[in-house]
Amino acid sequence: MAKRKTPMLDELEKGKWPSFVSDIRQEAEWRNQTDVDLQTPKEVCDDLLDLLELSLKDQEGHWKHGGVAGVFGYGGGVIGRYCDQPEQFPAIKDFHTLRVNQPSSYFYKTEFLRQMCELWERRGSGITNMHGSTGDIILLGTTTPQLEEVFWELTHNLNQDLGGSGSNLRSPNCCIGKSRCEFACYDTQEACRNFTMEYQDELHRPSFGYKFKMKFDGCPNGCVASIARSDMSVIGTWKDDIRIDQEAVRAYVGGEFKPDGGAHAGRDWGPFDIVKEVIDLCPTHCMGWNGNKLGINNKECNRCMHCINTMPRALRIGTETGASILFGAKAPILEGAQLSTLTIPFMPMEEPFNELKELIEKIWDWWSEEGRSRERLGELMQRKGFAKFLEVCEVKPDPRMIKEPRSNPYIFWKEADIPGGWERDIKDFRKRHQK
Amino acid sequence: MGAEEDKKLIIDTLKCKTLKTKFYLKDFNNMFPDRSPREVSKLVNKMVAEGLLEYWSSGSTTMIGLKGAGIQHETEDCKE
Repeated sequence: MAKRKTPMLDELEKGKWPSFVSDIRQEAEWRNQTDVDLQTPKEVCDDLLDLLELSLKDQEGHWKHGGVAGVFGYGGGVIGRYCDQPEQFPAIKDFHTLRVNQPSSYFYKTEFLRQMCELWERRGSGITNMHGSTGDIILLGTTTPQLEEVFWELTHNLNQDLGGSGSNLRSPNCCIGKSRCEFACYDTQEACRNFTMEYQDELHRPSFGYKFKMKFDGCPNGCVASIARSDMSVIGTWKDDIRIDQEAVRAYVGGEFKPDGGAHAGRDWGPFDIVKEVIDLCPTHCMGWNGNKLGINNKECNRCMHCINTMPRALRIGTETGASILFGAKAPILEGAQLSTLTIPFMPMEEPFNELKELIEKIWDWWSEEGRSRERLGELMQRKGFAKFLEVCEVKPDPRMIKEPRSNPYIFWKEADIPGGWERDIKDFRKRHQK
Repeated sequence: MGAEEDKKLIIDTLKCKTLKTKFYLKDFNNMFPDRSPREVSKLVNKMVAEGLLEYWSSGSTTMIGLKGAGIQHETEDCKE
């Protein structure tokens, strides 16, 4: 247990929600009783709790900002954390974080999880975060001498590598994809693994001015929220028509199938109303129902997925599938949150993904050349303009890239594009136009 | 310039900076205006592997400095 009284932490254990304080106390108790040959101080969890209580009391953090810590040959995956009160809390004077590259879609064997927990209790604090926002397994708190030891055991015994941190490519992340989901328009796990292996150098050694994230969503439902959280969002889509099974549509209307796969079953919402719950909710109003047949004007569909999610047995994604590629999302840094911008409306997604790799490398070169230190790709796109970004990508402007006419124009004519350039003969002009 | 001359230029430039010990990758790019950033980052990463430079990371950003310059692990728990 904590060495001091922790009244404020005690408050965080009250209520019906799970408490991280309770979890750390449980680990502290285990560490005090175990006969495992612990390689880090037994009191790490006690000191951590006491430090947190002090931070709450002082209303300021007691961790220094970063540090020189890592494993040989890698410039990412380890985040140096040093306490600014090492005399009061000697067990956590160095308490480094490790980011471990997660397996695609988080498929684990329980055997692996046991091995990893055993390793981390022995050589670390026993505290994990499954998973960090980027997707990695986060191992919180170990000492500097243990870093190489943990790394060796992870790579040799668990066959697991460190993930990205700092100004590196961060661990690519993907949704559950074709392994479990019928909406997946491409194999997200294959893409995620392929890009992870291809860009090992960028993942482990800082190559950029700042972080770069890529995420793979199998369909526009966006289960890894790539559109909001990654510099490069790869979102599955289809080119042809939504496949309709009219008999199954009628079965939904007749109450034979539950809408939304039986979700929202906590209360009685009344019988399924296809007009109210599907047709009228279509954002582009491209659907119609005549009481017997469902019609979709596929040209107007913007892939919102609502109708497919509501009636998955009746509606299916098209058969010509691939992905839309978007760039530049980020959380608030300089100018607030920004979603990524559609750049390639459709790209086939087949191994070895060369088309996408060629594109991303062009963008990396431009970002490295033009980007400022700590400037995300999305900020550079904003600063230089989308027209310039398209020029870098060697992609022509396309109406699908803009939200609505005249609201976000970015197409500017250059003199070379105009027959005769900017120069005009004023006399010739005056022949046709009076003053 | 050869690889050894490039390394010398980096080391000499960093040694001249008395106020700072950690630098962004961009600062290294500026030392070699005619080279591609990719080439420069490879050189910097090689120098880290050789023990001439070292990384410093805040977790979100990586900076690079001369090996042993500035605050080190051994001095983290010393009072400044």
